[in-house]
Amino acid sequence: MSSQSGGGAPSAAQVKTERLLNLVLVLLYARRPLAKAQIRRLVPQYGQSASTEAFERMFERDKDELRELGIPLVTEDIDAFHDDEPGYRIHQRDYALPDIAFEPDELAVLGLASRTWAQASLAGPAAQALRKLRAAGVERDTESLIGIEPRLRTAEPAFDAVKDAVVRRVPLTFTYRRPEAAEGAERRVQPWSLVSWHGRWYLNAWDLDREAPRVFRLSRISGTVRRAGRPGSFEVPADHEPRVMVDSMAGSATQSSPAMLRVRVGAGHALRLRARTVGEVDDEWSLVDLDYGDVWSFAEEVAGYGADVVVEQPPELVDAVVERLRGTLAAHGGGGS
Amino acid sequence: MPPAPQETATARLARLLTMVPWLVNRQGIDLEEAAADLGVSTEQLEADLQLLFLCGYGQMPDELIEADWEGGRVFVGNADSIARPLRLGVDETVTLIVGLRALREVPGLDERDAVDRALAKLEAAAGEAADPASRVLAEVADDTSADLLARARTALATRRRVHLRYLVPARDEATERDVDPMRVVGIDGRWYLEGWCHRAEDTRLFRLDRVEELSVLDVDGTPPPQAAERDLSEGTFRPAPDDLVVTLRLLPGATWVSDYYPVESLEEVPATEGGGQVVRIATADTAWLHRLLRRLGGRGYVTEPADVVAEVREGAAAALAGYPRRTAAGER
Repeated sequence: MSSQSGGGAPSAAQVKTERLLNLVLVLLYARRPLAKAQIRRLVPQYGQSASTEAFERMFERDKDELRELGIPLVTEDIDAFHDDEPGYRIHQRDYALPDIAFEPDELAVLGLASRTWAQASLAGPAAQALRKLRAAGVERDTESLIGIEPRLRTAEPAFDAVKDAVVRRVPLTFTYRRPEAAEGAERRVQPWSLVSWHGRWYLNAWDLDREAPRVFRLSRISGTVRRAGRPGSFEVPADHEPRVMVDSMAGSATQSSPAMLRVRVGAGHALRLRARTVGEVDDEWSLVDLDYGDVWSFAEEVAGYGADVVVEQPPELVDAVVERLRGTLAAHGGGGS
Repeated sequence: MPPAPQETATARLARLLTMVPWLVNRQGIDLEEAAADLGVSTEQLEADLQLLFLCGYGQMPDELIEADWEGGRVFVGNADSIARPLRLGVDETVTLIVGLRALREVPGLDERDAVDRALAKLEAAAGEAADPASRVLAEVADDTSADLLARARTALATRRRVHLRYLVPARDEATERDVDPMRVVGIDGRWYLEGWCHRAEDTRLFRLDRVEELSVLDVDGTPPPQAAERDLSEGTFRPAPDDLVVTLRLLPGATWVSDYYPVESLEEVPATEGGGQVVRIATADTAWLHRLLRRLGGRGYVTEPADVVAEVREGAAAALAGYPRRTAAGER
């Protein structure tokens, strides 16, 4: 990982880092825009290039890469007599982070905010950002006093590509597998926002083929996410509310209905915790009265308890539970249906 | 974990441009301490200083950056034009703003005022770079009572032992335990208390929404020296070496299982053979597996080993026996 510190020829990456750093220093130091020929003289690594063409190609690439890093390298006229030749420089006022004085408690919460990403693909930028803010300050480790460690994970392979597209407003295409479908389908979208909700990442987007807003779960995107347009090539509606959209489309709040369950004594703890009333029937059974939302998901939960929980009411819940259990039995070679 | 990829020239440049102001403001800092705080090895830091030493706004000696680390103390000078950090980039701004906003939603957080002040300053400094941050939204964890979270944090801060009444849904058990708290972590949408459990005599993660009761005891709660924080980078589930490995066939409606549970291996099944997946899952006890399979209602099933198949079949039959009218007499 480390480059060689003494002896031996420096690696290509090392030479390039030196070249880029010298270029930044030269352009920041300049009081006036510099012409390419001056830059070639001042940055020794350019002086070594074989031809003017080779130098110019290299310089063009370097310029793009510095701008990609967020370094404000600008093109300006050198003076009135040289208006056919552009000059280059970096203005200190645009380069430097504004002077912000953070209080110790503010630095502590910033530290916590940065470490929220410690186990995610954005761990690098998060640590770098904090280091920049703390460059001037004398920090004390007061984060631990807050006593909590929030952690976001980005285990979904599509995360980085989708995040970049959301941040830069780039249209995307990807293969999306719906939960009930055997095969994935191609989707073309304008990505609006990215939301972590109940521990999972969701993409809110405008689906270009369906001409409607859609919510995509990142873990169901398979294969490569491809850019399908230029950055900033669409607008996100001003009234788009990321959380509201995920809430309304991914989660479904339904009405609740009452159920009566027979629960074995010493079992069904989570159900008892939610119960309106719990009555003792005998030494073996309790009667638990509670409310449930969606019949299918509650039937799954009840079926999970197996022989420890029996539905008394309502009949539709009994049907749903029995269907699950029969399905399980048949899939494992039982029943005679 | 894959090996760390080779650092690119531009990535290294970005790191150096952050490192220089940091060092300029800490003249004479110990080399090893600086490396640790900067998150690099000592060798890497020395290589970085060596590189800085070769760079300048010109190539005359007085134009080059001064870097000196002899005697293990680091001095960096003649770097005025990069003595302030580069503005925050888009990803950097997004991580901090999204992180602070997530922190703001933590129930009962005493530091909310500090979060708001930090957010205001950061948004002002970031300018337009703050705009994309409004399109990324993260929630650390949901629905845990502020009261429970506050009591867990108090116990941690005052180093007190806690008594828990804790539900283990996988085994449908309510357990009583004394725990020495180590940290409170919000991950994958849930809050957990990690601590030394005196009942298990081991480190355990307790999901706060499964805690029925938490009382702070008037007993010292310093965890024993062997208590080690678990690495949560792969999630909260931890398979053990002697776990049973079970092969599951997941039909298309049940492939969420491989999203939720860490799998040993995963194979996609082509659509011509019904689609879905075949996964292998390691598990210490099969109670949760039985529960999962009954929930799936046949959309996922065990293919191996055979004794687990038989157990699941018997469990489902026993549960159906609770509905005698639907199974025997009701169907003719």
